[in-house]
Amino acid sequence: MLIPYQARSLRVGLLLLSAVALLVSFMVSVAFGQYAVPLQSVWTSFFHYDPNSIDHVVVHTTRLSRAVVAVAVGSALAVSGVLMQTLTRNPLASPAIFGVNAGAVFFIVLFAQFFSVSELNDYLWIAFFGAALAGALVYGLGAMGHDGLSPVRIVLAGAAISALFVAFTQGLLVIGQEGLDSVLFWIAGSVSGRELDVVMPVLPYLGGALLAALVLAPHINILLSGDDVAKGLGQNTLLLKVALSVLIIGLAGASVALAGNIGFIGLVIPHMVRAFVGNDHKWLIPLAAIWGASLLLLSDVLSRFVLLPEEVPIGVVTALIGTPFFIYLARKGRKHG
Amino acid sequence: MAKQWVVRGRWCSFSVPVASLWMLALITAVTLLVLLGSLMLGDSLLSPQAVIEALLAPASSEYGFVVETLRLPRILMAAMVGAALALSGLVLQSMIRNPLASPDIIGITSGASAAAVLFLSLFAGLGIVWLPLFAIAGALLAALAIYVLAWRGGVTPMRLILVGIGVSAAMGAVTTLLIAVSSTATSITAYIWLTGSVYGADWQDVQALAPWWLLTLPLCIFLARRINAQELGDQLATGLGVSVQPLRLTLLGLSVLLAAPAVAYAGAVGFVGLIAPHIARRLVTRSFAMLLPATAMIGACLVMLADLMGRTLFQPLDIPAGVFVSAIGAPFFIYLLYRQRF
Repeated sequence: MLIPYQARSLRVGLLLLSAVALLVSFMVSVAFGQYAVPLQSVWTSFFHYDPNSIDHVVVHTTRLSRAVVAVAVGSALAVSGVLMQTLTRNPLASPAIFGVNAGAVFFIVLFAQFFSVSELNDYLWIAFFGAALAGALVYGLGAMGHDGLSPVRIVLAGAAISALFVAFTQGLLVIGQEGLDSVLFWIAGSVSGRELDVVMPVLPYLGGALLAALVLAPHINILLSGDDVAKGLGQNTLLLKVALSVLIIGLAGASVALAGNIGFIGLVIPHMVRAFVGNDHKWLIPLAAIWGASLLLLSDVLSRFVLLPEEVPIGVVTALIGTPFFIYLARKGRKHG
Repeated sequence: MAKQWVVRGRWCSFSVPVASLWMLALITAVTLLVLLGSLMLGDSLLSPQAVIEALLAPASSEYGFVVETLRLPRILMAAMVGAALALSGLVLQSMIRNPLASPDIIGITSGASAAAVLFLSLFAGLGIVWLPLFAIAGALLAALAIYVLAWRGGVTPMRLILVGIGVSAAMGAVTTLLIAVSSTATSITAYIWLTGSVYGADWQDVQALAPWWLLTLPLCIFLARRINAQELGDQLATGLGVSVQPLRLTLLGLSVLLAAPAVAYAGAVGFVGLIAPHIARRLVTRSFAMLLPATAMIGACLVMLADLMGRTLFQPLDIPAGVFVSAIGAPFFIYLLYRQRF
């Protein structure tokens, strides 16, 4: 096994470098767009907000919320991806496999058609409810086997439940087209259009979940050596798996509710980070969070410029800039466990 | 060990568990029933006798036109597409040894999709007959790219998966981008193509798709025993005399040859490739000789049923078959998962 960043000092360096990169990406995301704000004004707008300055107003009304959503969603998706791939022991697994995306979209279409909810912000909770329900169903089906939560069962159950919700959604859309407009945001995925005061209440929960994942990291490392070994070492594997499932559903569900269906990050960032630091979750989780956030921030910035004056769906940009790097790492990379 | 017959030949050999034969017979019966049902149902409801009469003597039968010209080619198309995608999924899942593998997730379908959407938005002037060619070329290119990029003195299943995800994501991004920049009319055509439909299939399409079976089916049977050995892991397979690397390339090629023409003529019908092999595994034993026909028939049934629902449930609308594939496949599979709890 060849892990480039084996030494502790190297890893600390990598973490610090990544953190700096995240900070720079954040500033760039706030400053650049159709209307460029000088970096200096960005800075002063945080500490000496002046409602008469156009720069400050732009930063506070549109840019800041976008950047905050990108950071929250990027880190949540990346970390839930790490946890998902570990829980299912499957490199093809992504948080979407828990059915959260399909569930969220289905409930949004359902409510759009039959309860005429129109405010984007109301959908936040509906989407989260749908995500949690689908996640619980997948967990239930996956955990029903005689050997508890088996990786293969959960993956298959997830694929089936996702497909079922997608089919329901398509059925609803066939019956009435009214739902279509409201779904586009979720299908394409976007970090814009959320106001800061709607996003803020969600952040403490996301932060808490990320912290919980970090606290569980040493236990996850033990689980990785197999159920039998972990049990032999005195671990309550069932409890840990339940906790991981709850974290994944919470993180991925919140991301879908905030920004819709953004693929790639949850699937690919974990593999990218693993190519650098291996399977040690104490490093994997924080680095994945930072890289996921940075990639989504940068993709959001690029999505404003690629097809001026229109914005490209952010998922497209994420995939286009992420893929070459990902394939390079996959070629070069060590063998995964 | 359950009772089984063993067939050994110079080029191929299988073990045939007797218990699975009954299940296989049942699956065959269901497939034939679905076929007959699809021929009967539609705008006009026909009796089984009328259908058989029309099949035997189309010229003299009152319903000859409906059955022979309108329904039969479309149904055969659905069956062939379903069977081909299902087998492609089975081959990929065995080769990569991952239950989530399918032509859609590994990038074969997305390569075909990207090429098809590229054709629809830029080269549509050439005429729609060129679309299948573009799609097949796209699928082949994507598969070639995956293989070449995953090659480093050999290909491991893990690298194939990772590179496959990457290529699939990139192709998906290109597809979305093309749809975003093209006109609304083109986008709608592209969306319908991406859902997958056998609407308006005629005998010409059937004739174009059928020859691929002459190529792929013997290859499947010939490779069966090697696939069984390969599933045990590289070291064991090598020990059993399988040359793993050439086999892997052959299997990838086989799965592309199965999936690409199907996708080219019917669009990106999803979910069949993933779910049909799993349904088959839960019904018959894991011997490839049993899985092969079972998977093919289950795939054919799924797409035939989906198309039947698409053209009858919401008349006069004709809903693309791709919409209903998961509506039928997912509940059935969830039921199987639920039943086999212990």
